[in-house]
Amino acid sequence: MSILITSMIFGLILSFLALGVFISFRVFDFPDITVEGSFTTGAALAALLIVSGCDPMLSCLVSFAAGMVSGALTGLIHTRFRINPLLSGILVMTALYSVNLHVMGRSNLPMPGAVTLFSGLEKISQQLFGQGSKVLLLGWSVDIKDVVILVTLLVAVSLTGFVLRWFLRTNLGTAMRATGDNDQMIRALGVNTKWMIVFGIALANGFVALSGALMAQFQGFADVQMGIGMMVWGLASVIIGEVVVGRTSVGYVIFGAVLGSVLFRLLVAIALRLGMNPNDLKIITAAFVFIALILPGLMKRRKSLWGRKKYA
Amino acid sequence: MLELYNIKKTFHSGTVHEVRALNGVSLTLEKGSFVCVLGSNGSGKSTLLNAIAGTFPVDEGTIRLDGTDITAWPEHKRARHMGRVFQNPLSGTAPNMTISENISLALRRGKPRGLGPGISHGKKEEYRQMVRPLNMDLEERLDNPIGKLSGGQRQALTLLIASALQPKLLLLDEHTAALDPKTAARVTEITQMIITRDSLTTLMVTHSMHQAVHMGDRLIMMHQGRVAYDFKGEDKKRLKVNDLLALFDDLRRKDAIDPGVAALLSNNYV
Repeated sequence: MSILITSMIFGLILSFLALGVFISFRVFDFPDITVEGSFTTGAALAALLIVSGCDPMLSCLVSFAAGMVSGALTGLIHTRFRINPLLSGILVMTALYSVNLHVMGRSNLPMPGAVTLFSGLEKISQQLFGQGSKVLLLGWSVDIKDVVILVTLLVAVSLTGFVLRWFLRTNLGTAMRATGDNDQMIRALGVNTKWMIVFGIALANGFVALSGALMAQFQGFADVQMGIGMMVWGLASVIIGEVVVGRTSVGYVIFGAVLGSVLFRLLVAIALRLGMNPNDLKIITAAFVFIALILPGLMKRRKSLWGRKKYA
Repeated sequence: MLELYNIKKTFHSGTVHEVRALNGVSLTLEKGSFVCVLGSNGSGKSTLLNAIAGTFPVDEGTIRLDGTDITAWPEHKRARHMGRVFQNPLSGTAPNMTISENISLALRRGKPRGLGPGISHGKKEEYRQMVRPLNMDLEERLDNPIGKLSGGQRQALTLLIASALQPKLLLLDEHTAALDPKTAARVTEITQMIITRDSLTTLMVTHSMHQAVHMGDRLIMMHQGRVAYDFKGEDKKRLKVNDLLALFDDLRRKDAIDPGVAALLSNNYV
């Protein structure tokens, strides 16, 4: 059970990443690979600040801001210099690798015994329920501190989801969605689509960096490699969410992204438990996203093939 | 209202594909006038519309709107004062967003887009009132994504979006050309209805001579990037499709003779 709880916590932490990927991929239709760098940037900055005694909450905010800066850079490179979205992201991602190394001063920055958001939550749960106390959950004995962390994250993610949903339905948010849906139309209505893209990709990477900051605090270290494969991971979460919950409205897709992130993490945990080689994780993730991307098209083609047979 | 002075635009300049699309167009539109622009393929009529809308910068000339020089304005800034309907019915609306959301976007033209709610229940009734005159049973489908609608319905909604808040200028770019004849007739009707109701200054590019004859109070015929003919008032009213055909023939005949050869002929024989 504790492994399930832990993977749910991981899933919730990564759901901020999924929200970021949802913004760039689904709202703007922008394949933003900056994510792989900005995730690490968020983690590295948070680790550095926390090790030097900064408040963990403040560190998260700084990471969010740094993520926004890197996203804005990608957006500016794409809109001002007309470089294709993927290449703009690759440029910033590559540059961030050096930045991240400079921030950490080495390739791996552990933070033993530091005050993180999660150590704070552990302390709170100790004061409330006593040390090492267990609670029965669905017949399993679970560490109560894990439950406290899980519930707190759930509240934080839900709040973020609601705020994002509210934002995307404001006048500004509606114009941003229209930019991704039909930029010619929204430009003809007086919107500067370039700024919309810059702001949107910045926001997306803010969420990604926040996810990285939380991840570093939960793991207890930041590593320069930790961003690799994160874009596909986020995309997988969004896609699973869409399959499970549907795409009928903004709220559903946001909820789906969070749910998808948790489900995906659980699936991975189960697969690892059943003896999957951890080295195969990324290839299986990639294959999964590939299948999810081509499946709707394949189903359509089969349908039309059947249709043709019927009338032949 | 709208003043164009000596507008020139060459595409792929300096290559073998060089096209002189606009070759010195000067034009003044009075407030409230409805001008049809007619011309054969490649005459520069759509380019003229795009030059006004700011899709690309012009090479030479000035564009003024209500006395303000807008020649250097980017597309989105000009769009605060201009509504546009495109030839492709898919171009003017956001397919994955609902009818309500599309209309709400249109109602913020030229206004700041902040953190106010995009659509609220109070506004729904207003949207319903807006789509009712289209007579396309859209009143109860406000929450449907636009992508599910037919081309005609989408083009009618694009007209609604383009004319919302009564822009200074309405630009229509062969907006019925991609529709079937029956739908085209219906959209034409709606166009006439909206333009008359809101007395919008309109520039309509068309290649339907029927439309050009029956709509608007002025007709401009473009040829080789220039204004070849310009009919106003009574002259416009008297025009028939046959007159236009004769003019087209005339232009074609002039084309057939190389300018150099023409000069030679007139020197020797006239």
